[in-house]
Amino acid sequence: MNNFEQIKKKALDKWDSLIHSDIPVIYLGAASCGKAAGANKVLEIIIETLDEHKLKAKIIQVGCIGPCYLEPLMDIVVPGQPRISYANVDEIKTKRIIESYLLKNDPLLKFAVGHFGGEDKQLTNGLPKFFDLPMLKPQVRIVLRNCGYIDPEDIDHYIANDGYEGIKKALEIGPENVINEVKESGIRGRGGAGFPTYKKWEICRNAPGDEKYLICNADEGDPGAFMNRSLIEGDPHAILEGMLISAFALGATHGYIYIRAEYPLAISRLKKAISQMNDYGFLGDNIMNSGFNFHITIKEGAGAFVCGEETALIASIEGKRGMPRSRPPFPAIAGLHGKPTIINNTETLGTMPNIIRNGANWYKQYGTQESHGTKTFSLVGKVRRTGLIEVPMGMSLRQIIFDIGGGTQKPFKAVQTGGPSGGCLSEEFLDIPVDYQSLASAGSIMGSGGLIIMDEDTCVVDVARYFLDFAQKESCGKCTPCRVGTRHMVEILESITKGEASPNVLTKLQTLGETVKRGSLCGLGQTAPNPVLTTLRYFRSEYLAHIKEQHCPATVCRDLLEYRILPDKCTGCQRCVNVCPTGAITGPRSETHNLDASKCIKCRACYEICRFDAIAGDAIVIRSKRSDS
Amino acid sequence: MNHDYSGIFSNYAGLEGDLIPILQQVQLKFGYISTQSTKEISKFLKISENQIYGVASFYSQFRFTKPGRHSIKICMGTACHVKGGQILSEAIERELDVIAGESTKDGRFDFHRVACLGCCALAPVVQINDDIYSQMTVIKLQEILGKYE
Repeated sequence: MNNFEQIKKKALDKWDSLIHSDIPVIYLGAASCGKAAGANKVLEIIIETLDEHKLKAKIIQVGCIGPCYLEPLMDIVVPGQPRISYANVDEIKTKRIIESYLLKNDPLLKFAVGHFGGEDKQLTNGLPKFFDLPMLKPQVRIVLRNCGYIDPEDIDHYIANDGYEGIKKALEIGPENVINEVKESGIRGRGGAGFPTYKKWEICRNAPGDEKYLICNADEGDPGAFMNRSLIEGDPHAILEGMLISAFALGATHGYIYIRAEYPLAISRLKKAISQMNDYGFLGDNIMNSGFNFHITIKEGAGAFVCGEETALIASIEGKRGMPRSRPPFPAIAGLHGKPTIINNTETLGTMPNIIRNGANWYKQYGTQESHGTKTFSLVGKVRRTGLIEVPMGMSLRQIIFDIGGGTQKPFKAVQTGGPSGGCLSEEFLDIPVDYQSLASAGSIMGSGGLIIMDEDTCVVDVARYFLDFAQKESCGKCTPCRVGTRHMVEILESITKGEASPNVLTKLQTLGETVKRGSLCGLGQTAPNPVLTTLRYFRSEYLAHIKEQHCPATVCRDLLEYRILPDKCTGCQRCVNVCPTGAITGPRSETHNLDASKCIKCRACYEICRFDAIAGDAIVIRSKRSDS
Repeated sequence: MNHDYSGIFSNYAGLEGDLIPILQQVQLKFGYISTQSTKEISKFLKISENQIYGVASFYSQFRFTKPGRHSIKICMGTACHVKGGQILSEAIERELDVIAGESTKDGRFDFHRVACLGCCALAPVVQINDDIYSQMTVIKLQEILGKYE
């Protein structure tokens, strides 16, 4: 272990020289989401501005700290001052802030959102602490603790922040004690189903055979979820250390990371992290001089939602079509190449180093009696503060959506938990605690952590149709209930959104949904009807409005809508005439325009231009056909 | 054997489990999986062309037609759907006269509807080559397409 002590000392020195840097340090949030919001351009401007004034500063690209709605985020630390965070920086703001702060020592606090300093700093002048912002204050960051804080491409940053202490301890206490600690912590699989992690490990450990496999499931296929991507991009070593701990406990000698090919940045960070581990002797043969051998291979998923299912994922790694098979035998007994195999979710593995390092009792202080610890969620949809969050189990949906997310702009309608496999819950469920049991009893599931918020402008029938359409397209086709059943459900839902369904269709939809749920081979089919069954239960009146009145209350279902020009508001600016792709809008300049409904394809172009153009008058409205009568 | 392929195959042992990584490398190099590619892989892995096509067509990543000069991916994830992804997708089909999964006749663009791109907080999202455009509207889209020739 002497070797580790040396590595650690070097890492601490490096970290210390960064924290007490004698030149300014600029941190830039450069995960995929930051880049999508413009972080690459901001980085160019930072470098240009520094060059222009011959300023010296360190630039560190960090992962996602969570509040996506503030992206791109740039933090600046000037020696002796706390780290100050600037939100929504663009090219102009970036240049101004750097010039002002680094040349004139004025931090331009009007552009800042928070600081990372202690209580007694005067400079911050009323600026709140970053982690006291309403979105961050209620959160408990365990698995995300390093995201946005350390350089994900530098193993020394991870080591300096207690990294690889977990595996070091695991190697000291031995595999049985590791499994005991995990059992004691009560952690359950964070991929969605919530199976106790220790139990899986125990079964695999006791299964006969020398060759065992560990697979990290990073095939985050839920539309609307990006927790795993953010975690890997922000702190890849946490997952890799978690894999070491898990493999050591199971007795696995080879591990795979099955990750979506659509996550190129996450893949490149993992590859870099793995090569750094090899350099330090944390991977390969005789890890940390303990005699423990473990190798990791990255497998890029080729795009199939069903491969999130364990047996389908294994088939895919074996080079086959990713179709599930019936269980038992469970993969823990006979998995990859017929050998005992454990598949753990990325978040479960990322949490492991914290549990082992700090102990089960520490972990248990968070969460509820039955569900311990924390869970990450991607908070998206019609909510004010979107982003990646981590909260203790048992927090209510209301706290998550309204305290952390800042609520919705228009009145709240529903929240979908668990992605396409979960349920759509109405306002009356907002006070239930978010844990495995409570969500299941409401007809939904915890799932991997996508939380999609809907307001009154979202049509739940359309959302149910969307999820079913997704499940139907992703159905592998092996078993009939899923292959044929989901197809029929989509057809029924389509007829409802077109206003063409007969009144008895809801009973049929319900029966069909229950049948698909009961009869399907794997988790995909068994959960696919959930969005339909829950919306039927909690939003039946909305279905009935579509069926009986051909009316979509949220004005979403296009066949039930029409576009109109309000004559008293139309300024005759011809903006809409120019953008209309079908020539449906006509009229001379300065006179009220005319919209020919028979030519209108409802593409929204006229509506947008009428809203956003200065001289247009908000004259185009989209409304339900029914409101005519 | 063609040198283009031997370069790729030399990194693999020739096991069945290498099929998907090889398909990924072939697509990276040529842009798509051609009949010729399938034949070469079949010879190397000693499995039938049918089996290769069966596996490749199962996964949405693989394409079997030549890509355009620019690649448009439109996100069909939940958040993007709720914020109007479908309308954007139709706008692209209309503006470029292209069907999802195929390329334009002039070879300028290929167009794909993809599951979540993972930046839901910025929905709706359109990706053209490596550029990601967030909070897209039909109007913005028309302007942006003009930038790619």
